[in-house]
Amino acid sequence: MHDHLLSLLIWLPIAAGVVVLLLGERNIAAGRWLSLIASLATLALCVPLWRDFNTHTAAYQFVQKAAWIARFHAYYALGVDGISMPLIVLTAFMTIPVVIAGWRVISARPAQYYASFLIMEGLMIGVFAATDALLFYFFWEAMLIPMFLIIGIWGGPRRVYATIKFFLYTFLGSVLMLAALIYMYVKAGSYSIAAFQALPLTLAEQRWIFAAFLIAFAVKVPMWPVHTWLPDAHVEAPTGGSVILAAIMLKMGGYGFLRFSLPITPDACRELDLLIITLSLIAVIYIGFVAIVQPDMKKLIAYSSIAHMGFVTLGAFLVYAIVKATASTQGAGMGIDGAMVQMISHGLISGALFLCVGVLYDRMHTRQIADYGGVINTMPVFAGFMVLFALANTGLPGTSGFVGEFLVILASFKASFWYAALAAVTLILGASYSLWLVKRVLFGPVGNERVAKLNDLDGREFLILGALAAVVLLVGIWPAPLLKVMEPSIQHLVSQAIATKIPV
Amino acid sequence: MNLHSIAAAIPEIYLIAAICLVLLFEAFVGARRPGATGTLTLLVLVIGAALTVVFADVTHRVVLFDGSYVADPLAFVLKLAGFLSVAVALLYSRSYLQGRDILKGEYYVLALSALLGIFVLISANSLLTIYLGVELLALSVYAMVAFDRESGVAAEAAMKYFVLGAIASGMLLYGMSIIYGLTGTLNLDGIAVALNAPNNLGVILGLTFIVVAVSFKFGAVPFHMWLPDAYEGAPTCVTLFIGTAPKIAYFALALRLLTHGLAGATVDWTRMLTPIAVLTLVVGNLVAIVQSNIKRMLAYSTISHVGFILLGFIAGTASGYSAALYYTLVYVLMTLGSFGVVVLASRKGFEADRLEDYKGLYRRDPLLALAMAMLMFSTAGVPPFVGFWAKLRIIQALWETSHPWLVIIAVTMSVVGAFYYLRVIKLMYFDEASASAPETVRSFGVRFALGLNAAAVLVLGVLPAPLLDLCSRVIH
Repeated sequence: MHDHLLSLLIWLPIAAGVVVLLLGERNIAAGRWLSLIASLATLALCVPLWRDFNTHTAAYQFVQKAAWIARFHAYYALGVDGISMPLIVLTAFMTIPVVIAGWRVISARPAQYYASFLIMEGLMIGVFAATDALLFYFFWEAMLIPMFLIIGIWGGPRRVYATIKFFLYTFLGSVLMLAALIYMYVKAGSYSIAAFQALPLTLAEQRWIFAAFLIAFAVKVPMWPVHTWLPDAHVEAPTGGSVILAAIMLKMGGYGFLRFSLPITPDACRELDLLIITLSLIAVIYIGFVAIVQPDMKKLIAYSSIAHMGFVTLGAFLVYAIVKATASTQGAGMGIDGAMVQMISHGLISGALFLCVGVLYDRMHTRQIADYGGVINTMPVFAGFMVLFALANTGLPGTSGFVGEFLVILASFKASFWYAALAAVTLILGASYSLWLVKRVLFGPVGNERVAKLNDLDGREFLILGALAAVVLLVGIWPAPLLKVMEPSIQHLVSQAIATKIPV
Repeated sequence: MNLHSIAAAIPEIYLIAAICLVLLFEAFVGARRPGATGTLTLLVLVIGAALTVVFADVTHRVVLFDGSYVADPLAFVLKLAGFLSVAVALLYSRSYLQGRDILKGEYYVLALSALLGIFVLISANSLLTIYLGVELLALSVYAMVAFDRESGVAAEAAMKYFVLGAIASGMLLYGMSIIYGLTGTLNLDGIAVALNAPNNLGVILGLTFIVVAVSFKFGAVPFHMWLPDAYEGAPTCVTLFIGTAPKIAYFALALRLLTHGLAGATVDWTRMLTPIAVLTLVVGNLVAIVQSNIKRMLAYSTISHVGFILLGFIAGTASGYSAALYYTLVYVLMTLGSFGVVVLASRKGFEADRLEDYKGLYRRDPLLALAMAMLMFSTAGVPPFVGFWAKLRIIQALWETSHPWLVIIAVTMSVVGAFYYLRVIKLMYFDEASASAPETVRSFGVRFALGLNAAAVLVLGVLPAPLLDLCSRVIH
């Protein structure tokens, strides 16, 4: 079974999605249960994936390879290492709350809604599992279609604008990456990512390829200044769409930097790392300020996502500055460690926060902070969860948010005092926007009559938020297993990133 | 010369006989039983495809009729594609013709003679044969555009198409005469041998006229003016026809004439085609954005695809030509589907040719909307649909020949293109239906064919290897 485990992870949810679609809107009760079972089964498949993962090697595991387009040396090649495996587990985990959260809320075209999310899940796992660049791109682009429909069909009033902006932004980034991938194929004679990583490239070539990758991944992350599609997409997307967008899709940009930019264009990265670090710090600080003043809860969380993803890109590109400052490769991977943990943690926390907003929105049909106040009086259990997630968002020790941020700040301290000083500003800003949000929405006297009539969480909502809270705390208190899984792969990545690929 | 030696030419010989048969059938039976001619024609096409597989599946190049006719694996593939696309186009057309009381047997005769023109072009190995094919195809198609004789718009479109087409034919003839004058032969093999010096002024002069004519036939900017008018004015089922099978023929025309006969002047025609291709990509995509008529929008989208096909020629390698071939076949498949949807969405008095007619199509007809959405994503070049591989192959061919700027223009323009394809999906899925729209065509057979057409776009997208292989194999 291990030879086909990754294929199962990809195709099980897609097949289930197609079946739900075929069952149609009339058999939606069956469709709902099937979606739930399929998403649970996908998570169950992650158990052997995690359990039998060898934590002592950086090589790809659970490898599967079959001819796809023999003439162009493209393979249906799958495999995971310590970088992609946790992200696959995250994907499988986060799809379940999305399915449960839509249970009673989605009344328009529910079968298509579930089918979109299940197909999306399979495609996202495919992105992380592909070890062939063409297959990677295939999943990467195909993923846009269900997301485009999710925002466009079930979104808010300005959904059409938001979804077309989302699609075109990401499409533009992607096609340039495609051009770069094909260029490397023509040089390397293979689409295997490992072949690209081993391919010698002159500095000029690396710069161009780096630029193409940067556009693709920066849009996806999103980095300042190409982040503007994200607040629009988040605000208009239905709750499930926001959760998947924030929890998984943004991670693909970070994953791309780690899988493609650093190992394929190491010399260009070394040369241009200051650019990325600057953009990341701008995202952390400037976007942090922008988040504070948002009147809309979803927008606030969207901006906070951008700021947190700034930590991911910062951590990923600190490696060169650390090597330079400490003159040793020991501990150079700390920034990347932090970036990875931050990705997992942000996936959980931002997903949870969007679900919290969804809980409120389903009751009040407004996302404006000003329409709330004193929710804790009528929804004490909910308030407890939301406070926890907001604190995790600020990086409270004991939550997963702390581990990632702490590692990245520590790594930036190794690189330069000023990086650390600027990055640490996020501790203040994050606390400001998260806690001020909590204060205005949850605390104080009951804001208005509608808030007074609110009912607390039902069992379904409690289950989702409870599970997320447990994982957030687990990763925060005991991150060692996660770090151990990633360790060899990150070491390997560091050695690739600091090597030179310029042909002599 | 015995029958065996001309076996490779069976498709054409068979088609001529079949045209006579269909004409007689129409004269004696067709008037009493409208529709029977259409059924017979479909049968003719199926038998023709079978005969082609049996007799014309040559393994190597066969030259017949004093060198004016060539049969090779490429011709075999293109002819099968021709049979298939014409059959599908006629299948989709039927309800349209019926609904507007123009279900006449002549339509099928004209379609078959256009197909014969296409085959002659595919197998042409001399300038004369090429001209014969071009005219046979063009004259049949002009008549088809004007087929709805009650319609003023169609007559105008046919007139424009005819006048401009005649000019292009003149250009072609003039260019050919110069090449003939320089080489003393009409045979493409002979021309290829005689002509091997680039930068010869005489050759460039002749070539200019030929490139203009080829661009015109393809609908490349700045010789594209006829295309949107003809597409918009023609009855939709004719638009469907002229948008598909003839492109196969023009691909063959460009391939035989430019890359074989005029191979010695590759440098020259590449230099001429490059600005044309870039303009075609840019103008086609940008102008398509502002269209409010879906037939016009698809016309400009066709123009932009022509730009991609020309890029394959500009690459100037076997890989580039096979990329262009792949693109052409994929384009034909997608265009059949998307115009098929337009045909099925329309009823007498409601042409479904404005973009807003597609508002809320999802509610009125989920299957039709799904097919159209798949076709639009495919045309935009988004995986997992086949259109993605077509673009990928062109970009690959351009990288192999080091054309970075053309790559960048091509990929950026495909993003611009995505915008107007997405708009169709937006109208169908995100907008509410207008109340006045009539029901779509519900006949099972046609819908099944359209479903297969859309499914093919997905299946060939997920498993692209066979078709990619085929296209690489037939072009050396």
